[in-house]
Amino acid sequence: MQANAEIQSVAAERAYSVPLSEIDVSDPKLHQADAIWPYFSRLRQEAPVHYTPDSDFGAFWSVTRYKDIMNIEMQPKTFSSEAARGGITIMDGNEVATLPMFIAMDPPKHDAQRKVVSPIVAPHNLAKLEDLIRQRTAERLDELPLNEEFDWVQEVSINLTTKMLATLFDFPYEDRHLLTHWSDIATTLPGAGLIDSEEERMVEVQACAEYMTRLWNERVNSEPGPDVLSMLAHSDKTRNMSPEEFLGNMFLLIVGGNDTTRNSMSGGLLALNQHPGEYEKLAANPELVQSSLVPEIIRWQTPLAHMRRTANTDIEFAGEKIRKGDKVIMWYVSGNRDERSIDRPNEFIVDRQRPRQHLSFGFGIHRCVGNRLAELQLRILWEELLQRWPDPMQIEVTGQPQRILSNFIKGYESLPVRINA
Amino acid sequence: MKITFIEYNGTAMEVEAAQDGTLRDVALDNLVPGIDGDCGGDCACATCHVFIDDEWQAKLPPLSDDEDTMLALCDDRTEASRLGCQIKLGPELDGLVVRTPEGQH
Ligand code: HEM
Ligand code: FES
Repeated sequence: MQANAEIQSVAAERAYSVPLSEIDVSDPKLHQADAIWPYFSRLRQEAPVHYTPDSDFGAFWSVTRYKDIMNIEMQPKTFSSEAARGGITIMDGNEVATLPMFIAMDPPKHDAQRKVVSPIVAPHNLAKLEDLIRQRTAERLDELPLNEEFDWVQEVSINLTTKMLATLFDFPYEDRHLLTHWSDIATTLPGAGLIDSEEERMVEVQACAEYMTRLWNERVNSEPGPDVLSMLAHSDKTRNMSPEEFLGNMFLLIVGGNDTTRNSMSGGLLALNQHPGEYEKLAANPELVQSSLVPEIIRWQTPLAHMRRTANTDIEFAGEKIRKGDKVIMWYVSGNRDERSIDRPNEFIVDRQRPRQHLSFGFGIHRCVGNRLAELQLRILWEELLQRWPDPMQIEVTGQPQRILSNFIKGYESLPVRINA
Repeated sequence: MKITFIEYNGTAMEVEAAQDGTLRDVALDNLVPGIDGDCGGDCACATCHVFIDDEWQAKLPPLSDDEDTMLALCDDRTEASRLGCQIKLGPELDGLVVRTPEGQH
């Protein structure tokens, strides 16, 4: 494998020397090598709404400025999320994406379904889960090895997100690895190791459906509880969901909250290690966790690099002629580094003013419904970490992270860390 | 001008506001609990949801389509619901009383 540093230096040069029409920001290798930034910088400056005629993902428009992205999100009638038109990612053809999930529906269907799920992750419900999430986080942190290198992604980020999903669903604790497995099944590419075909994917999806249906039946017949399944089983609006709708909502919640939160847990630690001055500020003032650290981590990481829309009609947008049926990619990862909208966007600043003004959760009618749950998990993690290891750089990143090969999920395969105690 | 914010638990807070911003800006500047305003005031996030009772509603600009669409995302929407960023302050709103929800998401 070519070293990241080499790919980065080639990209820095190439990004400004190739003709604009040859730029393809969908290349997953550029994302994996953390070498994509100069391309986005150039597009934001010279071609903020840019067309790539041919790529491994077909032809697509790239929207790279913060305000333009927000503008697209505010026009769901023109820019569709509907699965049947192509859905919400640059890639076409994943069978799980054809399950009815409201993230990939347009109004009015979207609005009705979102209403049902939204109260479950509203702040007053999350308050009921907080103690259990904290207890499970604390248990995990107390088990971590001290003064030796270990993989933060595996031992902390994946471990904790899996436990939190289990908490959210009140899923049998000893089987909780299944939740992470199903999430991976839903997002993986056939041939990448887990599955070889869409048929194999659907076999696993069916197993998930059966397991979840069994839990549902148990919850319907017991007292209402604060978990997702119980709330869906006891609400008038959802008690009679069709099996497909039920399955779609299950997958949406499992996948929506899995990689995104996991990668924020890794990304935050990496960001603090890359900005030692900020780590010091945080150590001196742990109150910042609550007020600004958590949203700044989510902006800086941008766990979903893009969302996709499909044009419903011919339209002129920011001077470009977008045609009906065109694929429009909103690059959050670029918008979150847009110097026109965000002050010192390339810096990680733990006490940033107005830290919530970022694109990582999207905007408009599809804006992330689990945003406060994600923030809650990260807040608890950092509160518990700083309580145990309060000194700056005490949780030390000891080597280079290995990043995920994807232009959609921006995250880490591994991150070597040592806790100096 | 003065504005009173009342939290969902009844705690009231009176603040002094300049007449040039929006209700969302005043709430954020004064760290009023229960208002987040994530999108910066562009009517794109619905996390500046507030309740304004009848006697003041008449003095507000009418609900736009965008505001209506975004308010539809709020679980606890009522007749009194508005988005704070869509309410520009002016002398006619001196003394305004605003109730804030338990949380925003
Ligand atoms: C840091 C963590 C997270 C990030 C960055 C994130 C990001 C996003 C983004 C970008 C969208 C789509 C916005 C659009 O299409 O305009 C979205 C939607 C959604 N997210 Fe999240 N998410 C996170 C955590 C979660 C969690 C924990 C849950 C689950 C409980 C969740 C559930 C959902 C759902 C159900 C939707 C669909 C909303 C709709 O279409 O109306 N997310 N999220
Ligand atoms: S601040 Fe986002 S809608 Fe008002």
